[in-house]
Amino acid sequence: MVTTLTLQVNGKSHKIRTDDPQMPLLYALRNDLDLHGPHFGCGLAQCGACTVHVDGQAVRSCSYPVAKAAGKKIVTLEGLGTPQKLHPLQKAFIEEQAVQCGYCINGMIMQAAAFLKTNKHPTEEQIKQALADNLCRCGTHVRIVRAVKRASGMMA
Amino acid sequence: MLQEKISRRDFLKTSGALIVTFSIANPAAEAATQLPAAAKTVALDQVDGFLAIDSTGKVTVFSGKVDLGTGIYTALTQIAAEELAVPMDKVELIQGDTLLTPDQGPTYGSLSIQIGGMQLRQAAATAREALLGRAAEKLGVARDKLYAKDGQIMPLGGGKSISYGQLVGGKHFEMKVDAKAPTKNPATYTIVGKSVSRLDIPDKVTGKFTYMQDFKRRGMLHARVVRPAAMKASLLAVDDSQAKKIPGYVTTVRKGNFLAVVAKNEWAAIRAASAVKAQWSDWQGLPDKARLWDYVRKTKVNKSEELQKTGNPAEAMKTAARTLNATYDFAIHTHGSLGPSCAVAEFKGGKLTYWTASQATHLLRKQMANMLQMAEADVRCIYLEGSGCYGRNGHEDAAADAALLAKELGKPVRVQWMRADEHGWDPKGPPTLLDYRAALDDNGYPVAWESEVFIPDRPKQIAVTLVAAELAGLPKEDAHPGNIHQSLAIPYTIPNIKATAHWLAETPFRPSWIRTPGRMQNTYGNECFIDECAAAAGIDPLEYRRRSLKDPRGLEVVERLARLANWQPGSGRKPASGDIVTGRGVSYIKYELVRTYVGVVADVTVNRQTGKIKVDRFYVAHDCGQIINPDGLKNQIEGNVVQTISRTLIEDLQFNRSTVTSLDWKTYPILTFPDVPEIVIDLIDRPTEKPWGAGEPTAAVVPSAISNAVYDAIGVRLRSVPFTPDKVLAALEKA
Ligand code: FES
Ligand code: FES
Repeated sequence: MVTTLTLQVNGKSHKIRTDDPQMPLLYALRNDLDLHGPHFGCGLAQCGACTVHVDGQAVRSCSYPVAKAAGKKIVTLEGLGTPQKLHPLQKAFIEEQAVQCGYCINGMIMQAAAFLKTNKHPTEEQIKQALADNLCRCGTHVRIVRAVKRASGMMA
Repeated sequence: MLQEKISRRDFLKTSGALIVTFSIANPAAEAATQLPAAAKTVALDQVDGFLAIDSTGKVTVFSGKVDLGTGIYTALTQIAAEELAVPMDKVELIQGDTLLTPDQGPTYGSLSIQIGGMQLRQAAATAREALLGRAAEKLGVARDKLYAKDGQIMPLGGGKSISYGQLVGGKHFEMKVDAKAPTKNPATYTIVGKSVSRLDIPDKVTGKFTYMQDFKRRGMLHARVVRPAAMKASLLAVDDSQAKKIPGYVTTVRKGNFLAVVAKNEWAAIRAASAVKAQWSDWQGLPDKARLWDYVRKTKVNKSEELQKTGNPAEAMKTAARTLNATYDFAIHTHGSLGPSCAVAEFKGGKLTYWTASQATHLLRKQMANMLQMAEADVRCIYLEGSGCYGRNGHEDAAADAALLAKELGKPVRVQWMRADEHGWDPKGPPTLLDYRAALDDNGYPVAWESEVFIPDRPKQIAVTLVAAELAGLPKEDAHPGNIHQSLAIPYTIPNIKATAHWLAETPFRPSWIRTPGRMQNTYGNECFIDECAAAAGIDPLEYRRRSLKDPRGLEVVERLARLANWQPGSGRKPASGDIVTGRGVSYIKYELVRTYVGVVADVTVNRQTGKIKVDRFYVAHDCGQIINPDGLKNQIEGNVVQTISRTLIEDLQFNRSTVTSLDWKTYPILTFPDVPEIVIDLIDRPTEKPWGAGEPTAAVVPSAISNAVYDAIGVRLRSVPFTPDKVLAALEKA
């Protein structure tokens, strides 16, 4: 049975049609709304590549049913900031050149953005703990930590 | 943005006009480059193979080497801009397109700058010299009174200048690359050698970048593969009645043991694939994991090859003051790319086009043509950057899956591997076993050295079997593990040396190369064993290496490393007490004995109670000759260190007699943030030397530095990668 859901994404309202309310939010964002920020990494809530904000919380959209997201405020990497108006984290990731392949970076930035709301002046150790469940295979970690630290300085 | 680029590239086929170019950094600046209707050459010896300049002076670079997340897109742009004397924003780069880019070989072996970049530099130098010549004619000024700057050629003393756009105006150069064309004096560089910001990063941190996984074609179907329950099982029966009930389901494709489900949308494909009930035969042909090293040792040796031979070590061992021996092993690893492999293929009018994150577009085209029995000319392979791959992972296999399905269905098909497909079915870094013997002279230095490595044999052709070809019973190549004998030869001056590779008839999994293939395993053995020799002699391990080296660049690396790490010479291990102990270990390599020098010191903390090793700090002294982009280089070195700590401490592919059981990040964990060390790097820049690669060499010295540091901390040798807490505790128990 096809149902129509309304998703509030990056400040805009979108209607999407789906046969399965249990479909992970990730597929609605990537395929119906054509957003490239959130990535498919594992589909198992293990890596963080798919992270988006739902009502201000970092959630793993690969394991979050689309129906549950309806009516909530969803923000993706695209909504966090744009090339013209970068979010401090995006700016800091550029300044620190904290990217290798960059496939994980969506998750790093979105997780860190939620974290910095709860801890405005984190230590390096705290940043590492906050990102402990986000995986990066390229080994960009040292730069990512520096970038988050730098962003916290900009936002302070 | 990238989609637009692709459609423009399509235009090439229909109109014959070459319309390419786009800007990663600045989509707004995107402007089409019109070139004459003649087909573009991809010849390696032609300037036009590498470069085109349009009438506005915009330069398009065609690179057969591709950016795998390493930053070479930017580095190659720097090289071209520097040599052509144009600003970087005037240069655009097309990478890995069999129709447009020259075949510069796969992007592996840390050769993108060393080989690919230098081919490009020479083509650019040839072009610049030709432009100077033409300008001399046009301006009526002697050629040696002209110079090139910012895409203009101008007289030294001032006066009328002429732009590249005016000089070539979209025409081909139609000239051979001149190996003798003078390249710029490095002292005059303004772009090369600078930490230019990577061009792809702004798009990657804002969600604007189009990865392979993001790429779409109109009318595209979505497929998921259903792999055999046991690796070499046969498909006995398929029941797809439940899959058919899923809205959006299109079809099930079965070809031999190749099975896939196709749907109109991605989620339907995922659901349908899990709803298919496939019955597979029983197959239990994998070795017993618990006895893996027995299995490797007993595997038939196809041939033994002497890799290094000096003097007569066997003879020297007989009379030496002291001999020692050791055996090392190195586990099977998966690439573990963060994004599972993905590809899109389209079959139209007897021609196949596919988009892939393959590191080897041209090689893959050959394999694909062979698999589908098509002419190579009818197959086009276009590179799109995917998740970092560190070698031949599953990208090529996903492309073969997609091609097979696209041909079958006559519609564009996107295949996205799931996490379990990637962990389970990417080709693996093979298990490696190493034996060592050495004899020390009266001063404690080696007088004889023998090493033997046991590794899977290499067929002639460097390619890895495509899974789809294998499962569907189509023509295929034998799997090649990479040149994994490299770096068994040692850089030290020892009077009697013999290094031997035993090429084995079989290995449990489809082998391939993963970052620093063989060089990592062999250097691990070499550098642990030389440390064992130093300890046996009671000589400081850094001093021991220094005394055994003659190469001045190698010596400089070791000396700078000692300063960087503030190495305090001691003789042997400091006795430690308490449960939490620290140690430091050193390691050194001259990559393949012919290029990049790296020395590292690892500082570790070991918990004797839990057996856990934590790497606190890594010091790296690095000489890869001329540095193109220092910050990009550091980024690569850091990645090498972190990824290899993960491989050394944690990674060990699990399997039963039928198949891989490490199918996700829980069953194949990797290093996470809390365990990432501080990394301190000293780059030795040699602007007047050749640039060498940096994508692999640092990784080679990481496992041995950690093993040596653990010995320094707790007095036991770890000779089996990964160094898990269990192995540490077992080694302590035995000590
Ligand atoms: S893709 Fe969602 S956590 Fe990995
Ligand atoms: S940058 Fe490649 S996975 Fe993190």
